[in-house]
Amino acid sequence: MALATFKGGIHPPDKKDIAKDSAIKEAKSPQRVVIPLSQHLGAPCKPIVSIGQEVKKGEVIGEPGGFVSAPVHSSVSGKVIAIAEFPNTMGRMVNSIVIENDCKEEWTSLKDNPDYIKLSADELKEKVKAAGIVGMGGAAFPTLVKLSPPKEKPIDTIIINGAECEPYLTADYRLMLEKSSDIVEGLKILMRILGVNKGFIGIENNKPDAIDKMKDAAKNEPNIEVCGLEVKYPQGAEKMLISALTGREVPPRGLPMDVRVVVQNVGTALAVYEAARYGKPLIERVVTVTGEGIKTPANLMVKIGMLISDIVDQCGGFKDSAGKVVSGGPMMGFALSTLDVPVTKGTSGILVIPKEGVVHTEEFGPCIRCGRCIDICPMGLMPSMLSILSEKGHYEDAKEYNLFDCFECGSCAFVCPSKRPIVQFIRLAKSLTKP
Amino acid sequence: MEPVKKEHELIVTVSPHVRDEETTSRIMWTVNLSLLPAFFMGFYFFGLKALFITALCIISSVLSEYFFQKAVKKKLTVNDGSAFLTGLLLGMNLPSSLWSFNPFTIHVPIIGSVIAVVITKQFFGGLGYNIFNPALIGRAFLLISFPKAMTIWTEPTAAFLALDAKTTATPLGILKEDGLAKLIEAFGDKLNLYAELFNGHRAGSIGETSVLALLIGAGFLLYKRYITWHIPFSFLGTVAVLAWIFGGKSPETGKMLLFAGDPLIHLLSGGLMLGAFFMATDYVTCPSVRKGQIVFGIGCGALTMLIRIKGGYPEGVMFAILLMNCFAPLIDRAMKSDVFGAVKEKKK
Ligand code: SF4
Ligand code: SF4
Repeated sequence: MALATFKGGIHPPDKKDIAKDSAIKEAKSPQRVVIPLSQHLGAPCKPIVSIGQEVKKGEVIGEPGGFVSAPVHSSVSGKVIAIAEFPNTMGRMVNSIVIENDCKEEWTSLKDNPDYIKLSADELKEKVKAAGIVGMGGAAFPTLVKLSPPKEKPIDTIIINGAECEPYLTADYRLMLEKSSDIVEGLKILMRILGVNKGFIGIENNKPDAIDKMKDAAKNEPNIEVCGLEVKYPQGAEKMLISALTGREVPPRGLPMDVRVVVQNVGTALAVYEAARYGKPLIERVVTVTGEGIKTPANLMVKIGMLISDIVDQCGGFKDSAGKVVSGGPMMGFALSTLDVPVTKGTSGILVIPKEGVVHTEEFGPCIRCGRCIDICPMGLMPSMLSILSEKGHYEDAKEYNLFDCFECGSCAFVCPSKRPIVQFIRLAKSLTKP
Repeated sequence: MEPVKKEHELIVTVSPHVRDEETTSRIMWTVNLSLLPAFFMGFYFFGLKALFITALCIISSVLSEYFFQKAVKKKLTVNDGSAFLTGLLLGMNLPSSLWSFNPFTIHVPIIGSVIAVVITKQFFGGLGYNIFNPALIGRAFLLISFPKAMTIWTEPTAAFLALDAKTTATPLGILKEDGLAKLIEAFGDKLNLYAELFNGHRAGSIGETSVLALLIGAGFLLYKRYITWHIPFSFLGTVAVLAWIFGGKSPETGKMLLFAGDPLIHLLSGGLMLGAFFMATDYVTCPSVRKGQIVFGIGCGALTMLIRIKGGYPEGVMFAILLMNCFAPLIDRAMKSDVFGAVKEKKK
């Protein structure tokens, strides 16, 4: 059978071998954590603690500031020592709460409720809400919003995204190997909340052991299908994944719910399970520390708010050659200008690229109209035209070429033989016009 | 908070942080390489003159790009192989007789190269911005300015110095002036005609004659995906169909006889193979949307046959491609690819 996939896409070297075989380890609890009050699109949280206040692990410290928002919790027990602006991984300053760790690891309250599946949909949803769960694949969109579709948009399918199509990253892969049945439980809870009876788990075919594990974990669940996907970037983009598994195409500018689908990441499914069963808030996540420039690559369970500098230290530091540090994967991640930025709910990896491996993009050539970018753009756009128009300053004209349908996957810039910074041009045009 | 750790200066650039290894210059040099078999066949059949003319074109193309970029203080890009390619293609599109016709015709290849590189390419903004294929404009300019020198063809003697090469007409010239029967007579029989055309043992431009060698290079480019099938196949297909429908002539009256043409002769002769695989496919001057490329190829094929059958020249590939070059931006615009999801939405 042909593997499920989409049209277009690229095949960057996957480099997953670097971190793939190291089992998830708990990172040492850091001395202090910096917890940003804004970890995603939408309204930032309002702090509800004050300086000097003692907090426990799992205690709410920031309350949602709107519907598209999720509460944040303390990831350690200790004392609030500052509430101020700190830089985040994207280089922006955001209001954050700094907590000094007393290393007692005292929890607020965790109750095991093995009968969680008997809870009503609303009760389960309440748990997801209280736990502050967001999409853990990168965008960190509040999960609650996805679980509250408007009435006129019924949902009939939930997809768990195990594609992990970004090269290097192995966090989701390790989770699928080590927590397979918890992920399946998470999916069941999500299906119950939305009253859906079709669940998919999509996994790229370069992780056959993860596919086997997940298949095994779901073998008694007739409504859950584990599917192998063709290895191709960006297979894990929501629209591509939906198209690959269900054949439905989300309309331009539309949302998955427009085709009756909700997509959640593997880590999110696990967080949903832990929230429903133990009432555990989202205060830690798996981060892949990888790349040719790090001494000991690892998949670490990291507390939200831990500084990347601390993580790098725990992984033996850089090899001498380290040149660039990226938060996230090599295709869509952000290069860091400082390591003193915290891990957030959406940080999937820390990638250390050695100096020799850094691609310099200051020098780029003209578009030779080779058409490679057009062939591979998963959204069916003409990146060449978008980049040319933006380069010339014709931002309005770029809209004629569907500028705002680009989701900045970077595939076009990857293939361009002229090394044009196409995504940068597109971002520029987007920021200077309105849809 | 403690000050930022300064042990490492971190490089900050925008995503994506990995890039494919393909570069513009690697593409250009690979295309140059793929033309070598055809060039060597030209050298073999037409001798040293072919080598001289092509070398002259390459040298003057590269130098004119170099001096132009120096003069206007632009970044030097002669290493990217594109000026070399223009020179090589121009040389392969010229008759070898240009050298012996008259000692003073040595300036012809040089003028052609300057027109190609400076006027057609650099004046429009350099690589990527030119509307017309530089080598073809160079050749078109020469054909119009030096009609006589550009249409004297010699026999392929396969002698190194080829001093005693007799002038003759190209197969398409014979076909146009004297008809099919004469053409077959000139080559002995029909089968021999096909074979000679395929091997390239015929009069014509230096690099256009050996279909076999051109196909080797084209196959390499297709295999490496430097070109796709869209343009060459739609181009050749259109020529074949139109040659079959309109290419026949009644031997008695000389009037056009429908559905009686010989597509093979048209496919194997003239500059068709060189044009369809190596010049119509020029990235910069053809559409970049694949659907549009098929339209472009069909247009090239149709115009080629229109000129070959109805026009004043026996060969039409060059003008056909140049004409279609004008439409390439329009075709791209009209045939923009469908945005993901848009098609299904319309269906609903
Ligand atoms: S144009 Fe946008 S969606 Fe298309 S390949 Fe480039 S970044 Fe991806
Ligand atoms: S890949 Fe680069 S050179 Fe080729 S068409 Fe796209 S932007 Fe132009």
